[in-house]
Amino acid sequence: MQDAVTAIAIADAAPAGRGAERWRLAARNIFPFAVVGTIWEIVAWAGVFPHRLFPPLEEVALSFVNLTISGVLPHHTIETVLRLLGGFALAAVFGTAIGVMMGRSRRAEDILLPLVSIGAPIPGLAYAPLFLLWFGLGNFSSVLLVGFVAAFPVIFNSWTGVKAVKEIWVRSALSMGADDKRLFRYVILPGALPYILTGLRLGLAQAWRILVAVEMLAAVPWGLGWLIFGARKFLNTDAMMAGIAVIAIIGLLLEKYVFQKIENYTVVRWGMVAK
Amino acid sequence: MQPIAIRDVSLNYDTPGGKVQGVTNVSIDIDASEFVCIVGPSGCGKSTLLNIIAGFLAPATGQISIGGKPVTGHGMDRGVVFQDFAQLFPWRTALGNVSFGLEMKGVANPERDRIAREQLRLVKLEKFTDSFPHHLSGGMQQRVAIARALAYNPSVLLMDEPFAALDAMTRDDMQRLLADVWKETRKTVIYVTHNVAEAVYLADRVVVMSAHPGTVKTVMKIDLPRPRDPLSVEFLDCQKELMGHLGHNTNGAAH
Repeated sequence: MQDAVTAIAIADAAPAGRGAERWRLAARNIFPFAVVGTIWEIVAWAGVFPHRLFPPLEEVALSFVNLTISGVLPHHTIETVLRLLGGFALAAVFGTAIGVMMGRSRRAEDILLPLVSIGAPIPGLAYAPLFLLWFGLGNFSSVLLVGFVAAFPVIFNSWTGVKAVKEIWVRSALSMGADDKRLFRYVILPGALPYILTGLRLGLAQAWRILVAVEMLAAVPWGLGWLIFGARKFLNTDAMMAGIAVIAIIGLLLEKYVFQKIENYTVVRWGMVAK
Repeated sequence: MQPIAIRDVSLNYDTPGGKVQGVTNVSIDIDASEFVCIVGPSGCGKSTLLNIIAGFLAPATGQISIGGKPVTGHGMDRGVVFQDFAQLFPWRTALGNVSFGLEMKGVANPERDRIAREQLRLVKLEKFTDSFPHHLSGGMQQRVAIARALAYNPSVLLMDEPFAALDAMTRDDMQRLLADVWKETRKTVIYVTHNVAEAVYLADRVVVMSAHPGTVKTVMKIDLPRPRDPLSVEFLDCQKELMGHLGHNTNGAAH
């Protein structure tokens, strides 16, 4: 009993000596980027590629700032993020629902699993022409396609998660009088949450991949994908790099301020996933 | 607190992994508020029997009734404690776990909270109401499990080797605690164990089962006064007698 108390006390006492620890952590995170950045600079200044195709980082940074000030980059970013969130929301809602249904009902599993298994390994971009023919060019079909493609990992992981819910939790809940509905809500869902969160994370990555490509095909006037592919035509490598940087930054922000926050508040706090 | 009647219960079943140890023609009568231990060698079907009483398995033949009411499935007249520490819901605090049965029963909050805290006090965990299970030691988790099984006030408590995975010292503490809890709540308890000393310490009566087929070999009454002293001569005599029933060599020391 005493052990647990001490363990909690130690965990709470951690902030002491935090400053030095923080610096070390920051240095460790920055180091790999510094290495790659240096190599990039060397290649750029050595003239291995024509200057226009391989600009040094300071030119990329300059064009990033210029594009941001002029409002071009923010406009592209907002359009892309809206499509991303729209598609991802579809994938999250329907993917989780379908996956959980497959995990819960033998019948749903028998019907849906073959379909999902065949659909999942097909590259998302291969579906793009179909969606564009059926739903036309533009936002509607790109959001729909993003949702469709991103749903697969969400479905698979929610399905696995429900199957992995411990039998002993179910038995405990049943013996305490839980009916089907409450068993689902209070036991199956939280029990499957570590897997569901993994599925959502993979789904978001999938959504990014397909969205950037489809923005070029769907003939939308704005969007980071459009920016990157469009910049190629005019050899605007610096604008291309700026677009890629924005994608990386958004990905990092979503990971750090959405997924990790949710995880820390749920599965990590519950000890179901190691920090 | 309800008496339990187990009549001619049999269950032998096959799984793809081989024949699961079943039970054959088991009949036991248990009085209200009695503490009964079921002991037997591994694979004598004692856990299977407990699962049948809990309603997780249906017997092929025979019948079980609790307080005159036949058992047809799991129900809130029984509380179950398993061996596995993982039985607690990791996403609920100790208090949340203990409250679960009350929530299912529809007990509203100020009352639910009060009862759950009271149960945690009973197992001496009142300081840990807001801890999540993974912050608790194995013994503490099992105490939460006991509090959880008692909270919605079932008349019968079913326990499947709840302390088997604990170290010896913690196990001794837990047995004392369980004896106290039983004295206070007067539940009818069926307790499965393979530990002879544990059975003699806790039980009013010990049901000895034998394997192949899983059936009741003998029933031994333990008349020692409570609280029991595990080092007394009478206690050790009881232990020897029980080991004799189990077919052990009684010259050796008890484990």
